[in-house]
Amino acid sequence: MTASATAAPRGGAPHAGHDDRSFIRKYIASTDHKIIGIQFLFVSLFFLLVGGLLAMGIRWQLGFPGQPMPLGGWLPSGVAPGGVVAPKMYISLVTMHGTFMIFFAVMPLLVGVFANYLIPLKIGAPDMAFPRLNMWSFWVFVLSGLVMLSSLFVLGGPAAAGWTAYAPLSATPDYTGVHLGQQLWCVSIVLFGLSSLLGSVNYITTVVNMRAPGMTWFRLPLSVWALFITAILAILAVPVLAGAVIMLLFDQTIGTHFYLPAAGGQPMMWQHLFWFFGHPEVYILILPAFGIVSDVIANGSRKPIFGYASMVYAMISIAFLGFIVWGHHMFISGMNPTLASYFMVSTIVIAVPSAVKVFNWLATMWRGDLHFTTPMLCAIAFVSMFIIGGLSGIFMASTPVDMYIHGTYFIVAHIHYVLFGGSLFAVFAGIYFWFPKMFGKQLDERWGKVHFALTFIFYNLTFFPMHILGVAGEMRRIYDPTAYAYLRPLQPINVFITINAFLLFLSQFVFAGNVVRTLWKGRKAPLNPWRDNGLEWTTPSPPPHGNFATIPTVYHGPYEYSVPGAAEDYTPVNQPPAAVPEPAR
Amino acid sequence: MHWWFPADASSIGGKVDALFYAILYITGAVFVLTEATLLIFIVKYRHRQGRKAAYVEGSKKAEIIWTAIPAVILVTLALVSLPVWAKIKYYSHFPRDASPLAIEAKQYQWNVTYPGPDGKISSGNDSDDDDFMKVDSLYLVVNQNYVVDLTSRDVVHSFFVPAFRIKQDLVPGMDIKLWMRPTKTGRFEIACAELCGLGHYRMRGLVFVQTPREHAEWLVGQGEASAADSVTAGLKPAPAAAAAPAARGATSRGKGAS
Repeated sequence: MTASATAAPRGGAPHAGHDDRSFIRKYIASTDHKIIGIQFLFVSLFFLLVGGLLAMGIRWQLGFPGQPMPLGGWLPSGVAPGGVVAPKMYISLVTMHGTFMIFFAVMPLLVGVFANYLIPLKIGAPDMAFPRLNMWSFWVFVLSGLVMLSSLFVLGGPAAAGWTAYAPLSATPDYTGVHLGQQLWCVSIVLFGLSSLLGSVNYITTVVNMRAPGMTWFRLPLSVWALFITAILAILAVPVLAGAVIMLLFDQTIGTHFYLPAAGGQPMMWQHLFWFFGHPEVYILILPAFGIVSDVIANGSRKPIFGYASMVYAMISIAFLGFIVWGHHMFISGMNPTLASYFMVSTIVIAVPSAVKVFNWLATMWRGDLHFTTPMLCAIAFVSMFIIGGLSGIFMASTPVDMYIHGTYFIVAHIHYVLFGGSLFAVFAGIYFWFPKMFGKQLDERWGKVHFALTFIFYNLTFFPMHILGVAGEMRRIYDPTAYAYLRPLQPINVFITINAFLLFLSQFVFAGNVVRTLWKGRKAPLNPWRDNGLEWTTPSPPPHGNFATIPTVYHGPYEYSVPGAAEDYTPVNQPPAAVPEPAR
Repeated sequence: MHWWFPADASSIGGKVDALFYAILYITGAVFVLTEATLLIFIVKYRHRQGRKAAYVEGSKKAEIIWTAIPAVILVTLALVSLPVWAKIKYYSHFPRDASPLAIEAKQYQWNVTYPGPDGKISSGNDSDDDDFMKVDSLYLVVNQNYVVDLTSRDVVHSFFVPAFRIKQDLVPGMDIKLWMRPTKTGRFEIACAELCGLGHYRMRGLVFVQTPREHAEWLVGQGEASAADSVTAGLKPAPAAAAAPAARGATSRGKGAS
């Protein structure tokens, strides 16, 4: 790290000039948003690996039901007798895969990493508004992750009621045989919610108050807009989840009956509360991806983002509508069918702003000068996979069709097209793009492209066939599809999916190897490797504590690429207007 | 090899499938157009020596067009779906000539209660209860309307008959009604489509759709069973009625509530 060497004194920065923080204050209990972002990066990549490993267990059982799993012999015989996945272990795998991926991998990868790392750098602030709160946000996240991890090893096994934890299955050990595991799940989710709230308060305050002079709202990069809107969603939705989970924990431990019908509780209340959180959560998991991809596509196309204002309005309308569509997860739940009709209409409406965003990305590439760097390839993959995930969502918006495909592999295919094909490709785009900023070294482009190509191919071979399983009526979360006569002919598809899922998993080691190799002996990155306009590239890589020698002034919007008459095809936002002729508008 | 919808065997199946195909064709067309556009742009606008991107910030006209067109298509789709949904699920649209049935789900079995000669499902307190019960098997007459009372004794289950395109959750503490009319005779599978515990995957039942004559013959055999088991119906599988699937039922119960 060259941080202390290059930090120049400046007024107002908390540790201006000489950086004399101890190792612990600098790298462990750090209040520096950049270190916190990097901490989030490594911890959530670890959880991504955990979630991926659990997925391999699921796929083994579905591809080769009842056969001993490779290395399964290492598991205790109560969990996997003779190395064969037992039904209880299978349900736990499904539950914990969803839990780890959503709460501990994708959400922190998008928000924890990029909101922390990018917001101050992109708006020209020395740090977050509340650096200590930020530090707590990270450490509470680590604690919640450890609690969730520990639940894998307790007596009775981890939670086994699905990541959606539908009551009453989740509300009493009578139905699953899981005692402590389900309680730890609740404790962990409440802690996770606390972490998410601490972070969100910070992001909102920072964006509102700490923008550099000239960084007006409509000069904010779309990544910052997206992270800002995401933080608002989190602050409104996460407390609902925390409240619901606390009630669930009370039902499990101190004998309340919020969700237990025997004493007048309401199982449906859990579903309403969970999905009131759960649907905004879907957008929490995709809006930051929209933002990252918008930045990368404009950069890779060397062109202003097409329809900047409508991109912002589309995100705002998605955020608003996201709160009034939760019932589409409950069309067949026993909710009044007339209410379902309303939710169908609102759900259909929310597809419109998503479509607008796709068209604007396409139009940004139109007549561009496309540079297929690894981040750009990942961003293009995001657009093309999000098209599939978005379109498959329309099937389930239509209530009569949803009645058939609800709870089938069609839903599994859809969520993975949005969360893997969408969010994770955006995460990869973001990591490849900002890695040089974070570490001062650039990930190897050749290995990056190998990783991209393998991931793109095996990802599609894994998840696309799941649509067909869904149309054929295969339910999700079943231990052994061959228990049903009508599902038995589908087994070759399941075997095919399993093999590709293994290859998809293995492909990620190309990425891990690239990261390790680059950190170890990668070449030093140029100051602005992607010739980007963002403020983050106007300071050394990695930036010193306090980020900027002097607070920059912003003169342009974030996407002034290929301005006619300019010498370069990019215009850093802090470049004074005298240096470049303003284009005629 | 059968890698698509199971053959449709109920009155609503055709409507659901038609909507599915309508959406498939529309989204398929949009998929081809957008992905093809993306591919063309990737090839046509790739970086070459001396290439410079056009400076275009947007177009209000384009934004209006690509907001309005999806909006019109999507709202139309909602409007087409609404009456189909109403016909399937609104209680006010249920047929009046339907025979009653009751299904109670529990980990991991379906208890089906049939009305006796009085044609009614008793509330459980009647002394002249002539209802009878079957575990995991649903015997229906082809082309007859049924209204099924769905309840659950423990957790949320979901009654799913793929061949009928019907799915409805059963929620403990709630009484949910479902309407259906089988249109083909034969044997179809019932699946549970909501995670209900470790035995979720084997919560399987069978629907036997019979001709009126077959059904009448089958009913004769059920008379004695119903007489022997008039009180416990709907609460516990009766020994006689549950004779056929006894082995499965027993293991299910054994591994149920622990």
